[in-house]
Amino acid sequence: MTLSTTQALLTIGVVAVGTLLTRSLTFVLFSIGKTTPKFVKYLGEVLPFGMIGMLVIYCIRHVSLQFAPFGLPELIAGVFVAIVHKWKHNILLSIGGGTVLYMFLLQMVFYGTL
Amino acid sequence: MRRKALRAALPLTIPVLMGYLFLGIAFGVLLSRIGYHVGWAFLMSVFIYAGAMQFVVIELLASPFGLFNALLLTLTVNARHLFYGFSLLEKFSISGKLKPYMIFSLTDETYSLLCVAESPQGVNRKWFRFFIAALNHLYWVLGSLLGNVAGTLLDFDYTGIEFAMTALFIVIFIEQWESTKKHLPALLGLGLSLLCLLLFGSENFVIFSMIAIFFSLAILYRRNSRVEREAEP
Repeated sequence: MTLSTTQALLTIGVVAVGTLLTRSLTFVLFSIGKTTPKFVKYLGEVLPFGMIGMLVIYCIRHVSLQFAPFGLPELIAGVFVAIVHKWKHNILLSIGGGTVLYMFLLQMVFYGTL
Repeated sequence: MRRKALRAALPLTIPVLMGYLFLGIAFGVLLSRIGYHVGWAFLMSVFIYAGAMQFVVIELLASPFGLFNALLLTLTVNARHLFYGFSLLEKFSISGKLKPYMIFSLTDETYSLLCVAESPQGVNRKWFRFFIAALNHLYWVLGSLLGNVAGTLLDFDYTGIEFAMTALFIVIFIEQWESTKKHLPALLGLGLSLLCLLLFGSENFVIFSMIAIFFSLAILYRRNSRVEREAEP
């Protein structure tokens, strides 16, 4: 281990407090009531849709299109998840199947390219 | 009353159970690889409880000590949480004593569920939402403990297991897509984030994406309200 126990505990503590800060700030600054601005309400309605698109991209942010395997494992497994989920709406199949497929692609198919 | 709420919440959290078990296991395995055992996994998953950030902490624990750097990274990686509150101000306003926990446990997945989940008739909404949050938290802790122990005991190639998180978000994206006829916000989120990733790179794109999404939605709002005003007699 690189850090002493105290240093590790402090690091974890700082991360925990920082995370709580980002989660609570909006609730501290805005309180809901009859006077909630219409725009804030509108944001509450549409932001979830925008954020989930961002999170999908966030997950694949380290994919490189310049070097092998050019994001192919992510593309294949991602399309698999989307099609299977549209088709069956079975979460175990979509997430479990997609993850196993991705692990298989990385470890067996594209092994030499990593 | 609470049992009824728990029973209503449980089936809705199954997707997150799948994602968090896989992801928690991945986290636990990686943490065990740098020499931190099960007590540490428990501590982090209970008190930090942030998927992506805990993976960053693994890197921090294996690097030279620096608290300011740790804080800065936390604020950057988790800045998206600032936006989540807007959708839940109203829902959490009835949570009473549970509110601090609801805010603490607001992960991406819990947020996505709370935005769409409606409690069935006769079920207490406050406890229904609490159990969604608490069950997800439990899955995450269990997954990371399991992964940490397995990582110490079993020598298995876990490469690629982190894709569970991507798969989970794709599934939530599809479910959200099917829940509405207005697809523009979802497409803006996807398209602008991709554009920002290409322009600013993987380390910096999140903050730019959020700004771009925020302003595009604001423009959409202004246009819509102008159309509404003109439609009025």
